[in-house]
Amino acid sequence: MATNQWWASESFWRKTAIWVTGGSFVVLMLLTMDTLSQISTGTTRVPAYSVINHRIEYKFDEQRRVQVPVIGVKEPLFGKELSEEEAEALVKLGKLTTQAKNCMNCHTLLGNGAYYAPDLTKSWLDQYWGTSEIREVQMVEFIKDPSDKLHNSMGRRMPKLGITDEEARGVVAFLKWMSSIDTNGFPYNFKSIEQEN
Amino acid sequence: MATPGICDSANLNGGQKLAVKYFTVAITLFGAQVLFGLLAGLQYLMPDFLYGVLDFSVNRMVHINALVVWMLYGFLGSVYWLLEEESQHEVVGLKLGNLIFWVLTSAVTVVVLVYLLVQVGPGKESTIWLINEGREYIEAPRWADIGIVVSVLVVFYNVAATFSKGRYTGIAGVLVLDMLALFGIYLAGMFYTTNISIDQYWWWWVIHLWVEATWEVMVACIMAYGLMKVLGVRRKIVETWLYIEVALMFGSGILGLGHHYFWIGTPEYWFSIGGFFSALEPIPLVAMVVHAVFDAGARHAKNSNHPTMAWLIAHAFGNFFGAGVWGFMHTLPQINLYTHGTQWSASHGHLAFFGAYATIIIAMFYLAVQKWRGDVWMSGELPGNGWKWKWSLGLLNLGMVGMTVSMLVSGYVQSQIERAIEGSSWIGYFAAQAHPWFTQGMWWRELFGVMFAVGFVLLVWDLVTIGRGEKRTLVPATSET
Repeated sequence: MATNQWWASESFWRKTAIWVTGGSFVVLMLLTMDTLSQISTGTTRVPAYSVINHRIEYKFDEQRRVQVPVIGVKEPLFGKELSEEEAEALVKLGKLTTQAKNCMNCHTLLGNGAYYAPDLTKSWLDQYWGTSEIREVQMVEFIKDPSDKLHNSMGRRMPKLGITDEEARGVVAFLKWMSSIDTNGFPYNFKSIEQEN
Repeated sequence: MATPGICDSANLNGGQKLAVKYFTVAITLFGAQVLFGLLAGLQYLMPDFLYGVLDFSVNRMVHINALVVWMLYGFLGSVYWLLEEESQHEVVGLKLGNLIFWVLTSAVTVVVLVYLLVQVGPGKESTIWLINEGREYIEAPRWADIGIVVSVLVVFYNVAATFSKGRYTGIAGVLVLDMLALFGIYLAGMFYTTNISIDQYWWWWVIHLWVEATWEVMVACIMAYGLMKVLGVRRKIVETWLYIEVALMFGSGILGLGHHYFWIGTPEYWFSIGGFFSALEPIPLVAMVVHAVFDAGARHAKNSNHPTMAWLIAHAFGNFFGAGVWGFMHTLPQINLYTHGTQWSASHGHLAFFGAYATIIIAMFYLAVQKWRGDVWMSGELPGNGWKWKWSLGLLNLGMVGMTVSMLVSGYVQSQIERAIEGSSWIGYFAAQAHPWFTQGMWWRELFGVMFAVGFVLLVWDLVTIGRGEKRTLVPATSET
């Protein structure tokens, strides 16, 4: 009978299932350890929070053939240079605010979330904000009360979510920091805001 | 034995009585999912609809949370349903199991009310603990997370202990280990970090390793039980298949996690790992189709419960197309660069969750109703030729396929205009969203959503009426064991 063949036997597949699962999990753990070390804060892929003291650009890299974030000259957010601790506190306030206001159920962050509103990964660099001089103020004002601001031709608007001035500054800091993360070229072919010297 | 045709709990064993409670909440939440999906879909077309009252973010959150919770309830119910038959032993902690059901259900109710009435909070950790964690799919606040973990530990204890005292079958072994993994993985989503790359890294552990690994194995167990039940397939065959499926699913799915690690700050080696293993992910789903269709064909589709059998077959194909084909279509990084975070994902998400999970839980609902009414006849020649279950099957599946294709059309427009041409800027995003081809897709999605909702109403109507007053009893599937 064919059922006596080793490849059709229950015990062979049980053992295979156990070994394959265990093996895959061990490989995943090893990769996780390596990845976490490469994406912890303050690495080349995920810069320290004090990166918000600098200009951040998104430039085409000839070797990788995608755009990558480039950390430029000193350009402190809101004109005030922050220590590492102060920067972390501000970005943390911003990240907590994005969670508390449920941003991810309209927007995507790093491409993950909902698709009702634009991706926020490089929103700090978006041309929507006009010029880099007025960007910070525009962003804070928009986040605090977007309901009466210009959005798009469709009438789709962001609601007023009770975000305070301090929280809005935190969100902008978080967005600026997020734009410095090396996302392997996502989003692709992005057209960045003008940032002159 | 009670009179056939009447819902009588004397027809059920202890675990099954509890399962019916889980199923009742599951189908209620399924209804909530459909309702809030329709509201959110309508907001794409009429952005001022409920603006500032129930914003898109709220509707969408309830839509996807109802989804996750009703499926978990469906799984827990299914496990309790098969537990005593499979182990040939009474559930060891049934009272505790009942208590936990009420605790969990109260917690879910409070969470939903807070979502709807409080919605958002200040940018503090207290909001994450009390109102909303703000992370897609696992928005439940931390207090509820802890409640969920405690509850599922009780369920796990009940399952593991019952099998240990009774008969420890192959299905039991897979189920116990799978539940341990399923619940353990949830812990990876229960912490706050400011570093969004690390946040998303662990977030995907929960989402992916649930949906594309442990949930798949869970439904493979349910499928094994279901095929034995309605077709009378030999245990040795379904259990061998189950091991094959576990090997293929975990072998491809665990490292297939890599396809979520292309763009979140993680290193480039995930391109090859994620691309390769996720390309393998459809294989177990093909195996499942072969398994279900072959077994049904080998018995000339003679079975003891037609609606269940139909939904099991819908599951096999839905899982293959929704999770397998629609997933693979945009899983390679070279394509995903343009499709990640667009309506492609929504299209895939809809067909996959429905095809892989909703279908098989509905199959279990029918199995439950049949036994609850006293093992009534549910094969051919039902009153009205079984039009209700057939129409709801048709409307739900057509509605879902329609929504999926509509969103895919919109997704093509979005990845072309927003991503490829306009360079992913906000202007590009809005240019795509306002494009007639895109909005057309959104209109069709809503229409098919209404079709789906009609199918849902019919399903509920059928579940409460099928077998009522039926005097014929079931002819058990000829078992070959």
